[in-house]
Amino acid sequence: MSETRRVAIVPAFQEEAVIASLVREIKSFDPDLDIVVVDDGSVDGTAAAAAAAGAAVVRLPFNLGIGGAVQTGFKYALERGYDVAVRLDGDGQHDPLELPKLLEPLARDEADVVVGSRFAGGDPEYRAPFARRAGIRFFARLVSLLTRQRLTDTTSGFQAVNARGIRLFAADYPHDYPEVEAAVMVVRHRLRILEVPVRMRERELGSSSITTLRSLYYAIKVTLALLVGIFRRRVVPAEEP
Amino acid sequence: MTPLRVSIAATIASILLILVVLELIRSRRLRERYALLWLATGVVLLVLSAWRDALNTIAGWVGVTGYPPAVLFAVGILFILLVLLHYSTVISKLADQNVILAQKVALLEERLGSGRGP
Repeated sequence: MSETRRVAIVPAFQEEAVIASLVREIKSFDPDLDIVVVDDGSVDGTAAAAAAAGAAVVRLPFNLGIGGAVQTGFKYALERGYDVAVRLDGDGQHDPLELPKLLEPLARDEADVVVGSRFAGGDPEYRAPFARRAGIRFFARLVSLLTRQRLTDTTSGFQAVNARGIRLFAADYPHDYPEVEAAVMVVRHRLRILEVPVRMRERELGSSSITTLRSLYYAIKVTLALLVGIFRRRVVPAEEP
Repeated sequence: MTPLRVSIAATIASILLILVVLELIRSRRLRERYALLWLATGVVLLVLSAWRDALNTIAGWVGVTGYPPAVLFAVGILFILLVLLHYSTVISKLADQNVILAQKVALLEERLGSGRGP
């Protein structure tokens, strides 16, 4: 089997304090894994710190939000012909040591999109505020219903995708809380999605960018997008089953 | 009391508004972010149109004694104002981003050595 080319996509917004150590951590985990940091319009030293640590850096001219930033990474992966892309958030909550769990199912061709789940038996210690947990559970139920497959952590951005997944996400990727809609999109395009249990770290610095009122707005918006999304045409031809 | 025909016509109009907005989202001509306010408009107008007692009660609260459907107009206008105001903020943001993009493209072009014109 020929060498698979792999890239780590790291979306980062105002993460100058932690981005360099994350890039070095990924490099020491696997030197063959290329790294692209997508700087989502930071006004601090995020881009410079990432570049100094040895990552390729794509700087967006202004803040696009998580969906737009991550999709930039998938477009980068598609243009450069990568076979596998993994995604780790720039705040360091995704541990590079957990990456083999995400990569193995892709290597065995058991799935096209592998999602690291905090709840699939992995991490009983994961703590989150009540509203956030409730939201995560609500979307897990709704997405499981729509995809007819049990999914437990639909807001997890800790993912690995193969070339088919890269092609789909480069063509279309949702905006806020993109993972929820993306899960349904993946299944509609007859790609295989698989959850594996992982541990996640507490955020090293800073808090989640989402406040309670905003999360209610996002919850309504994402629910609307999910329900309308079922009736949408496919953006790329569905894979053969 | 609201005339029955007015209620029926207003209900049909509200349902049409909701259906048009949903179809625009489905066909990707309208993003969910900008559709929510329109959907809220449709749902509020639908409730006030179909639930005649509520419309009469609200008309009583705000002192509209002669013709309760006037409240429908008032609510409709209020929501249109909200949507317009929202769009003004969105357009302002887009204008700012457009300036940044134009400057970025011009600077990149200069760096590529093609800034001397065609």
